[in-house]
Amino acid sequence: MQTKHVRQIQIDVNGEPRSLSVEPRLLLVHLLRDQLGLTGTHVGCDTSSCGACTVLLDGRSVKSCTMLAVQADGRAVTTIEGIGNSKSLHPMQEAFWAEHGLQCGYCTTGMIVSAVDIIQRNPDPTDEQIREGLGGNVCRCTGYHNIVRAVKAAARAVRSGARRKSVAEVEPLTPPLEAPPVTGEGIIPHREPVGAGGE
Amino acid sequence: MIPSAFDYARPENLQDAFALLAEHGDEAKLIAGGHSLLPMMKLRLATPSILIDISRIDGLAGIDATRDGLKLGALVTHAALAASEQVRKLAPALADAAAQIGDTQVRNRGTLGGACAHGDPAADYPAVLLALGARLRIAKKGGETVKEADDFFRGMFETALEGDAILTEIALGPAPHSAYVKFPHPASHYAVVGVAAKLELQGAKIASARVAITGVGDSAFRAKSVEKALSGVDAGDAAAIRSACIDAAAGIEARSDVFASGSYRAAMAAVYAARAVTAAAIR
Repeated sequence: MQTKHVRQIQIDVNGEPRSLSVEPRLLLVHLLRDQLGLTGTHVGCDTSSCGACTVLLDGRSVKSCTMLAVQADGRAVTTIEGIGNSKSLHPMQEAFWAEHGLQCGYCTTGMIVSAVDIIQRNPDPTDEQIREGLGGNVCRCTGYHNIVRAVKAAARAVRSGARRKSVAEVEPLTPPLEAPPVTGEGIIPHREPVGAGGE
Repeated sequence: MIPSAFDYARPENLQDAFALLAEHGDEAKLIAGGHSLLPMMKLRLATPSILIDISRIDGLAGIDATRDGLKLGALVTHAALAASEQVRKLAPALADAAAQIGDTQVRNRGTLGGACAHGDPAADYPAVLLALGARLRIAKKGGETVKEADDFFRGMFETALEGDAILTEIALGPAPHSAYVKFPHPASHYAVVGVAAKLELQGAKIASARVAITGVGDSAFRAKSVEKALSGVDAGDAAAIRSACIDAAAGIEARSDVFASGSYRAAMAAVYAARAVTAAAIR
């Protein structure tokens, strides 16, 4: 690794001031993931198209794969880890869970960060405004309908001042399935092979 | 994708930026939002040995309404332009374009000056600046010049900006009857075809028009035969407007790529020219 151009930068990451040594060519997403271990920010397309790497820079959504770490010097970066965690879910995280706004989860962290930016600027967005606002975030699983529902639900929750819940407090939508019986009985009904018995 | 190694400088004023440009010459690239340059650097289509980050130079990010129209700093972001009431009122075509660039995250970082200096043949602003008759202020060590948009966009990734110069400001006269419409590429949101129109209306008639098209040729261009044909046309007569726009891409060698053939782009230029003129007429 070439190190002759290493810079010292100061970034506020999730509310914590950090002093970091970086090469100018280091992308913000790699600083977050590889140097700071904040792996909730994902690399998807790596071409500023998909939005999986979205973080907030001074409160506004940006794609961290298309930004140098040195460009964030002196700025505040918020990643999904700074939006909420399992002890204190952001209403957006809870809503994505409750409304089934995800399947594989790969795009979800970027989607949630973008959605938080949307409702911070517009506390009561329409479906169209949500879809337009999430135009830079691609999901290949859900078909987006439940994501839009989740953002609306989160916006409602924030407007009504709902408190943050922990993962343990959020009720699953359906009761857990009964474990299937261990024996073969009850799974496949027993049937005599055709033609086996003489009538 | 990791760019090749480079040095980085962040001058606090234009004089320091000029000194860095003089020192490093062709090895240096200016960066503001970086949303055109960084993707090229990640693909190693651009390998500058030093980036000069001008994004924190004071006084280049203003949106000012003046008696003569608008003065826009080169560092104004697409998001700021799209959100500005003054831009929406005085130059609605520019607000249209800014709001349709890329996506939310791209608009939060990308800048007006950066997009213009890059000279992408499918960029949105060049069409708007040509149609609105923008003047681009270019600073270099020892002085400033002002270029008309007509003299600025010269070809594919080619502008009138010289290596030691920095685009600092874009000025526009008021253009209340203006609009920009585009057929965006569904993934990149760059213009497959984008058309900006600015009209002067006299009663119900179009007294004069400026129409410019991006995405079709090697750089944005004025559709002068369309402009001429629109003169005197009833602004509410959709068929007459369509007919005046029919030769929008005449004389231009329309680009072909995997997404759209040249003949398709030329055909869509006529369709979108008529839509832009119609949208401008009802503003």
